[in-house]
Amino acid sequence: MSAPQEIKTASARAMLLGPALVFMAMVFFLPIWTVLVQSVSDPAISNALPATVAAVAEWDPHTAPTIAMQEALAEDLRAIDDPQILGDVVRRLNSQQAGFRTLISRTSGALNRLADDASIDLVAIDPRWDDPIYSQAIAATMSPTTDRFLLAAVDMARDAAGNIGTVGPDVSANRDTFLRTFAIAATVSLVCLLIGYPYAMLMASSRGWVRGVLIASVLLPLWTSLLVRTAAWYVLLQDKGLINSALQWVGLIDEPLGLLFSRTGVVIAMSHVLLPFMVLPIYSVLLTIPPNLGPAAASLGANPIRSFLHVQLPLSSLGIASGSLLVFMSAIGYYITPALIGGPTDQMISSLIAFFAMGSANWGMAAAFGVLLLIPTLLLYVAYDRVTSRTNGRST
Amino acid sequence: MGNLDGKGKQMSNRLTLTIAGVVGLSTLLAPTMTMARDLTVVSWGGNYQDAQREIFFKPFAETSGMPVLDEAWDGGIGVIQSKVRAGNPNWDVVQVEAEELALGCFDGLYETIDWSRVADQNDFLPPAISECGVGAIVWSTAIAYDSAVLAEGPNSWADFWDTAKFPGKRALRKGPKYTLEFALMADGVPPHDVYQVLSTPPGVDRAFAKLDELKDSLVWWEAGAQPLQLLASGEVVMTAAYNGRITGINRSEGRNFKVVWPGSILAVDSWVILKDAENKEAALDFISFASKPENLAKLPEFIAYGLPSISASDMVPAEYQLDLPTYPDNLTEALPLDVDFWIDNSESLTQRFNAWLNQ
Repeated sequence: MSAPQEIKTASARAMLLGPALVFMAMVFFLPIWTVLVQSVSDPAISNALPATVAAVAEWDPHTAPTIAMQEALAEDLRAIDDPQILGDVVRRLNSQQAGFRTLISRTSGALNRLADDASIDLVAIDPRWDDPIYSQAIAATMSPTTDRFLLAAVDMARDAAGNIGTVGPDVSANRDTFLRTFAIAATVSLVCLLIGYPYAMLMASSRGWVRGVLIASVLLPLWTSLLVRTAAWYVLLQDKGLINSALQWVGLIDEPLGLLFSRTGVVIAMSHVLLPFMVLPIYSVLLTIPPNLGPAAASLGANPIRSFLHVQLPLSSLGIASGSLLVFMSAIGYYITPALIGGPTDQMISSLIAFFAMGSANWGMAAAFGVLLLIPTLLLYVAYDRVTSRTNGRST
Repeated sequence: MGNLDGKGKQMSNRLTLTIAGVVGLSTLLAPTMTMARDLTVVSWGGNYQDAQREIFFKPFAETSGMPVLDEAWDGGIGVIQSKVRAGNPNWDVVQVEAEELALGCFDGLYETIDWSRVADQNDFLPPAISECGVGAIVWSTAIAYDSAVLAEGPNSWADFWDTAKFPGKRALRKGPKYTLEFALMADGVPPHDVYQVLSTPPGVDRAFAKLDELKDSLVWWEAGAQPLQLLASGEVVMTAAYNGRITGINRSEGRNFKVVWPGSILAVDSWVILKDAENKEAALDFISFASKPENLAKLPEFIAYGLPSISASDMVPAEYQLDLPTYPDNLTEALPLDVDFWIDNSESLTQRFNAWLNQ
């Protein structure tokens, strides 16, 4: 191949890859980067209240705000002409110290009614200003970058002196929720593996219409909306639902099992929803294993169990790894299934993300939880990548 | 020739790629270039929205000639904020709760309402008037139970907490709002003192301590249609529920669910127009249509919510009056929601509530 042609191939390759790269950048890297930045940035106060930030530096944090601070705050509040910026300030301050919403709206309302040259007395507008905790809250939120969200996501906070400490379990219980999220995801992966592996074996060994039916029964649920499947489980798992009624009718149980609003129910429903992600990778690997390996092992004297453990299982380990990883990674982000089927102690991290993002518009907290979920996912991915590259290296 | 062929192939490849690129880009940009979107009205779903569709959405579409697209949501100021911030929100009119009205109005997430085009303020209840919103309903969160299951039902939040007298599970709306108020009333705090007690740290502790007593018997719901399902399936013996939906299901499905008015909490929902919404003119027309007393007065027949307009309330037939939260007898021991308390304390109390749920 001549040199110009090589260049042409290279440019053609770049053009082929270009759209994919642009797409990846826009829908993958950019959003993740935004989330990362969001989880450590805290620009609302430093942007909107510059004079106050300067004045706070000369203030003793144990006393009421100085006159200079009050005037600076009044000047800053008057200078804000975009209500959305003021909204950010208030949301941030109220998140630091409950009460700021009514305090700022009352204060800025009163300031607007005041003549421009009138003297400022915030305490007269609202006596709460006399309490240093409100000024301390402003002082604590001045820095444009912060570790507050990430710390809060794992139940930690800085005290007034800046030392990191743990927050009591009656105030914040995010660590438990993280552990629970991973525990549920691991249980679901295991259940999916125990059901999915034999099923994939059955699929791989069957022929003709049987295989068609088996594949269809994995794929059809996959094409049904997650919400529909969760709602169906909701109906099935109820105390007077099909499962409990059937078991009672058969006589296996006297009282309903209490499957709805329980961990068992969540694991059952999530395993059903995620099963295809386990079955399909294993199935595709099983198909590549030559069928004569079984008889070969038998001819060497291995019983079926030994043949399975020493021949088929190692050869299908890649399928198991990718299936488990897919299920686990999807499971840690689950929201709607635990919300509908689970009880209060079955909620996963996503429910907290949903509250902070949608319920209270606290994007910093929501981003911090997202980052903390991303880290184990990335670690797992790296581990998976190592396993697969080693296996591939051996086979080639 | 081979070389020429190759060139020709590359040319056509390049052309295909360019076309693919243009098509791809235009799909990416499409949302900003599409034709005008229909007026989109968002409300709370379930049988409430079914009623609104019959008496507001469809008739408005017919009289104005503008198609109305209706969607449902479950609340949350973050949802509104992200839509408005992203620019060109895909909703026009949204029915919001009182806190979302207060928060969003302060943050400039809503258009200012030109009341002269909507309704006479003198005819509206004071909490239903805002510069950013027009009151839509007065609704109540109250205890509901199935009288087919419990002949002798609960009469108060103390009864709701009494698992000896009424065995079985109970359901509450997930979150600190309402839950803490109900717990304090169950603990003997009179309705008019509830927020005073709740404003102090010992009051909050007291509410959580009371919740501890009932924790094992509680299930939590998030969407307004869930408590009806929980009651209907017998999963719970009583639940907090939106009063209108209770009456709604009684009428539509022949149930005999009862609403317990003492200790119920009243709030006003309002219509708002999202800032810079594409159809804000049509949106105002819609709100004006939905606020006409003769149109409002049709609502209680379908769903028993109180009306923000005094003259509309007077037009409601007597048979439906009894079920409304605004009916005088139902108001005597009811408590109006303290919006200011919740916009200040929602985040910190939700965090504590989530921690409590986890324990």
